[in-house]
Amino acid sequence: MSQAIQPGGAPGVAAVPEAQPAPKQRGRFVKFMIRLVRERPLGAVGGLICVLLLLTGIFADVIAPEGYNAINPIDRLQPPSATYWFGTDQLGRDVFARIVHGARLSIIVAFAATTLSIVISALIGILSGYAGGRTDLTVQRFVDGWMCFPDLIILIVAVSVLGPGTWQVILVLGLLFGVAGSRIVRGAVLAAKENVYVHAARAIGASTPRILWYHILPNVIPPIIVLYTTRLAAVILAESGLSFLGLGIPPPAPSWGGMLSMDGRSYMFQAPWLAIIPGLALTVAVFGINMFGDALRDLLDPRMRGGGGRYVARVRKRAGGK
Amino acid sequence: MASVQAETTAAEATAAPAPLLRVRGLKTVFRQEHGEVNAVNGVNFDVRPGETVAIVGESGSGKSITAMSILRLIPSPPGEIVDGEIEFAGRDLLSLSEEEIRLVRGNEIAMIFQEPMSSLNPVLTIGQQLAEPLIVHKRVQGKKAIRERCLELLRQVRIPDPERRLDCYPHEFSGGMRQRAMIAMGLACEPRLIIADEPTTALDVTVQAQILELLKELTRTRGTSMILITHDLGVVARYADRINVMYAGRIVERGTAQEIFNSPKHPYTIGLMESMPRLNQPAGTRLKPIPGQPPDLSKLPRGCAFSPRCRFATERCRQETPELTQLSAEHWKACWVDIDEAV
Amino acid sequence: MMFYFLRRLLALIPTLLIASVIAFCVVRLVPGDVLDLMLSQNAHSSGTIEDRAQLEKALGLDRPLYVQYFEWLGNVLRGDFGASLWRNIPVLEEVATRLPVTLELGVLALLLALLIGVPTGIYSAIRQETLGDHIGRSFSILALAIPNFWLGTLVVILPAIWWGWSPPNQIQPFFEAPIANLQVFFVPALILGASLSAVIMRMTRTMMLEVLRQDYIRTAWAKGLKERVIVLRHGLRNALIPVVTLVGIMVPILFSGTVIIEQIFRLPGMGQLLLEAVVNRDYPVITGIFLITGLLVMLVNLLVDLCYGYLDPKVRYDS
Repeated sequence: MSQAIQPGGAPGVAAVPEAQPAPKQRGRFVKFMIRLVRERPLGAVGGLICVLLLLTGIFADVIAPEGYNAINPIDRLQPPSATYWFGTDQLGRDVFARIVHGARLSIIVAFAATTLSIVISALIGILSGYAGGRTDLTVQRFVDGWMCFPDLIILIVAVSVLGPGTWQVILVLGLLFGVAGSRIVRGAVLAAKENVYVHAARAIGASTPRILWYHILPNVIPPIIVLYTTRLAAVILAESGLSFLGLGIPPPAPSWGGMLSMDGRSYMFQAPWLAIIPGLALTVAVFGINMFGDALRDLLDPRMRGGGGRYVARVRKRAGGK
Repeated sequence: MASVQAETTAAEATAAPAPLLRVRGLKTVFRQEHGEVNAVNGVNFDVRPGETVAIVGESGSGKSITAMSILRLIPSPPGEIVDGEIEFAGRDLLSLSEEEIRLVRGNEIAMIFQEPMSSLNPVLTIGQQLAEPLIVHKRVQGKKAIRERCLELLRQVRIPDPERRLDCYPHEFSGGMRQRAMIAMGLACEPRLIIADEPTTALDVTVQAQILELLKELTRTRGTSMILITHDLGVVARYADRINVMYAGRIVERGTAQEIFNSPKHPYTIGLMESMPRLNQPAGTRLKPIPGQPPDLSKLPRGCAFSPRCRFATERCRQETPELTQLSAEHWKACWVDIDEAV
Repeated sequence: MMFYFLRRLLALIPTLLIASVIAFCVVRLVPGDVLDLMLSQNAHSSGTIEDRAQLEKALGLDRPLYVQYFEWLGNVLRGDFGASLWRNIPVLEEVATRLPVTLELGVLALLLALLIGVPTGIYSAIRQETLGDHIGRSFSILALAIPNFWLGTLVVILPAIWWGWSPPNQIQPFFEAPIANLQVFFVPALILGASLSAVIMRMTRTMMLEVLRQDYIRTAWAKGLKERVIVLRHGLRNALIPVVTLVGIMVPILFSGTVIIEQIFRLPGMGQLLLEAVVNRDYPVITGIFLITGLLVMLVNLLVDLCYGYLDPKVRYDS
């Protein structure tokens, strides 16, 4: 909106091309990592959390070989100790093992549902945005109607119809976020469609698939990447919320949300770690993904962010003073 | 011509009127990631009571920043006025407190901005915006009194049907009308100095002339001084008494309008003249653009900033920065080369 | 303004119809279960095919879906959302007893979120990169990452362990005992509004920063106005326009949150009713709540549009 307007209308500043630091031949990835650490340290922390989360999920069986459901009745409700780092629950299951395997579950649900949702978003968004006219109008009316319903209520109703279970949750979350995200994709398509080169391509008789593939899609990719990262966290939160209500992934699966559910409430008063640990895991994971996603967006977005001080000119005190 | 000049010189020698505004050694920088940008780099100029002084230059020459610096309207961060004196009616504006400078803004010195579209607040009516300086500085009270004064202001800037216009929002106004409203806002407190920053750049050519005539008339009848910032030499010729030509954050030539137009002495001014179409040129004369690009203000060359683009540049130009030196009573230039000899 | 309002109202009708189709379809797609459930719980019937058909007929589930839809729509338009399959109480009646709790929780959460989010957002923007700005932003990052059901659980569990304190949940009528009423709602509403306040704070900050670099803000400074006036009169109104949109977007999310918060704090709101209905597969109740929430969200969106008209003169006149 105001990207072109410099503070104080400072054309002198605008005209100055940004000086590039000495260009060294490094891989793009390494360069990006260096920028991430230097410019967005919090984003780098987020990235680190994401990597740890991934590794935990992948190597869950190595880290916690006894599995998430090894019941050990003698050691019920043990507080955190050297043996049980995060304590045990009412069935004597190691909370640490459940958290580790819960990471795997969260990752599977997050990637599956997000991928599904992005595919749905892209299909609806591109169809609606590129077709325009009556198709667009009809599709958008449906999306509007759909968006009137609160996420969780759609989820609850859908799960009540489909029954609880991992695949049901993935399907419903994918559909839910897919419809919601289609607006963002549609917006990007509409913007891309107005580019002069798209008009030009159409004028010289390029086919619709060609235009979509070469001219529209590249413009839609960046918002989709951003959408993807933000959705990952949203999916994890939504799944745990559903499981918290007892409508998501049924026990004994180690869903972080399910571990916090009302069923275990009475034990939490005796064993507060049961209430603290899964929530902490969830918070750290969501925080990490959010921070990494934010940093990614800022670094991928060439427009300058921030800036814009107050119109209160600071006057440097002159040395000596006349 | 020569006799006219002699007269003004004589008049100055006997009773040089104290300038209303005296700017000395003004330096404003903008901090960026890769160092400082010297947007204004040691500017000196005066504005006398009742006169219109133009500051002319390409975009990026620092003319707008100079104007903003006078009212200390440099956004901070990243901007900062690092050195200089701005004396207005006997006070140094740079050593005033935040509250004191606020009472100068819009009251004793008013500004008119370039983009009348974006310079008016879209969610407030013209009347609401017009009333603000009156309420803040002149303590006009009572809805009726404020409205009366606003109507009077709109009439002065010749906005038709002011009663109705007062309750309109900026988007209901045309570009020229918005600029008239801006001028009305500037005049509200009867300031002693008006700074008009490219007041007509965003307007149609026909409207431009109307707005400038209006400004000229209003300042003349009230004896208000004006600083006219523009890149348009045509505007300058008609409406300014004296002209400062700016390049790369410095004033490179100063003189009366006639001096600048009839006998420019700085190669940059000459370049500007040659790149401007003029009616008194013989038909078929080609316009000569100035070669090269405006300089990068964060990496100014040694010596004269114009030297890389200057066809007269000597070794000295590339080593030492020339200061403004007086050629005649009103005529100054900052250049080592004697143009008359070089040509 | 009136014209603008009517136009918005008319534009709502197709959305409403589509929403009703969605509401109907989502719930009726798999209607078999309810019969099984009812039959299995009915001691007198042996669950034979005849019993099933009889029940199907009694509940009107044997007719084609579109007939059911139009009949249902006609009833809905008359305010008849059907009756609970189990208790035979009209859905509307049942919702009416629960809705006030949910609405109070939601409205209070929204108010708290605005009261926290807008001022901190403004502060963060005008004191960019100061300690206060960093604290505000850290808070918002945290509030966005902490799931409300965890925060709620902690608030129920930890004070109970430490001090033996539990949040009260005996609801008093607001107009008779406002303080006792707010004592029940304050903590749940604060938790529900926490992440919303963080979103509002971020949005206010971003928009304020954006607005504060606009040319008209420079004009306001040049007029010699006080910073407070510039920020509140010239900046805030422009910055609030997108914040209002955000509130519109957040309302469904608030509704989602009430379901969870009501469950944690055992408040007898619509969310609890929904969860009970889901457990019992009480489809008329589920459909009814579904549609009523959708309707409420649409109403709020209409209000948001009106706020737009008030805040942005361009919207008001471009009709």
